[in-house]
Amino acid sequence: MLDLWLRYGDRLIDGAVITVKLVALACLIGLVLAIPLALARRSDRRWIAVPAYLYIYFFRGTPLIVQLALLYYGLAQFEAVRESPLWIVLGDAETCGLLGLTLNTTAYVAEILRGGIAAVPKGEVEAAEACGMSRATVYRRIVLPRAIRIAWPAYGNEVILLMKGSALVSTITVYDLMGETRSVFSRGYDDTVYLYAAALYLALALAVTGAFRLGERQMNRYLRAAG
Amino acid sequence: MIPEILQFGDTGFGDELVVGALVTLEIALYSLAIGLALGLAAASAKLSRAPALRAAAEAYSLLVRGIPELLIILLVYYSGGAAIEALLKIFGYDGGFDFNKRLAGSLALGLIFGAFASEVFRGAFMAVPKGQIEAALAVGMTRRQVFLRVRFPQMLRFALPGLGNLWMVLLKDTSLVSVIALDELMRETSVAAEATQRPFVFYLAATVLYLLLTIVSDVFRARLERHANRGVAGEAVPRRILRRSA
Repeated sequence: MLDLWLRYGDRLIDGAVITVKLVALACLIGLVLAIPLALARRSDRRWIAVPAYLYIYFFRGTPLIVQLALLYYGLAQFEAVRESPLWIVLGDAETCGLLGLTLNTTAYVAEILRGGIAAVPKGEVEAAEACGMSRATVYRRIVLPRAIRIAWPAYGNEVILLMKGSALVSTITVYDLMGETRSVFSRGYDDTVYLYAAALYLALALAVTGAFRLGERQMNRYLRAAG
Repeated sequence: MIPEILQFGDTGFGDELVVGALVTLEIALYSLAIGLALGLAAASAKLSRAPALRAAAEAYSLLVRGIPELLIILLVYYSGGAAIEALLKIFGYDGGFDFNKRLAGSLALGLIFGAFASEVFRGAFMAVPKGQIEAALAVGMTRRQVFLRVRFPQMLRFALPGLGNLWMVLLKDTSLVSVIALDELMRETSVAAEATQRPFVFYLAATVLYLLLTIVSDVFRARLERHANRGVAGEAVPRRILRRSA
């Protein structure tokens, strides 16, 4: 059992690095994209709200594995795609995987943020307006910072789900932790490699949980100072 | 209108996809049954007074929460299969063990569902007002009757929205058992995509079928929640649905 780790441990670690990189980037880009999407979803103008709703429904209503296959294998079917500049992203498994994860998490985070925005107390918004802040300023200074604090625990959950979901990029030939694991397994059919992978994923999940707890404390430290 | 390769019969893969979707539904239902049983058992363990039971149930939740679904499926199928084979050998059976894929897939998905469902059930049990339990005891019901007549039915009402969400997740997670070559919708789709070299059409068709399953489930879920809340004043229509249409 141990000699399997001595032989393939480096590969699993390399895979884990790819996993962390993909998840971190998808999280970051996803969060940035989710803010306008959540605002669009809440808009009173139907031509803005409906496309946002459809985007979210599509990405939350279908399996990630199918979304990835559609992006990586599906779009490659078209000559026009293969010759367009889009191919720089879609032609490489890793960037294509990143794109898929990002599009997917954007939908989930937008939904989480929407809930957070809805939970911001009305009085705070009215107070800000009474101070003479413009709508944009109210959003930038009051609504979004408050919404992110409210949505933070749910967002932490989503990051863990995204990390678990990222294992699916192995199905489009990315050598992330799961990809390396499956390739090691296919050599000798020694299933202990799955246990190693499980331990590594678990460690990553615990690290994410810890980081979010820390972030939550940091974010809400002003509350403690007052109390 | 429908491209030839998606039609039913020998020339198209339409029938294969529909059969795959039915297998998807079948696996999801098996997993639901296993997952509900596991979830209830784990929730009871979490609420029990025995520390060992509580710790075991918490460990189960933690493990499933941190390990990718794909990996759990592979672990159950390969490591679980190997373990059963070793166990059979101890009992003197040397014929090897062929782990049925549907069974392995449903077990793995049920295991995942159960871990999350245990949290839903635990919260729902705790949400039943204490006064109702006291009232039931006061009218002379036994503990068993209180459980069957008050705690359990009331708990279900609180658990339903959470379970509905988990069902949606489960429905999508069935696509992952395609990695052990189980012939559900995702597997049928990739086989067809490879055979015809037209992956876009097939993966798009698969997303449409998954969306259909999702939409039907959504409607069904809303009805079930309304039914469960029929005895509660002002809650006849779940609030979440009101908000969505507003």
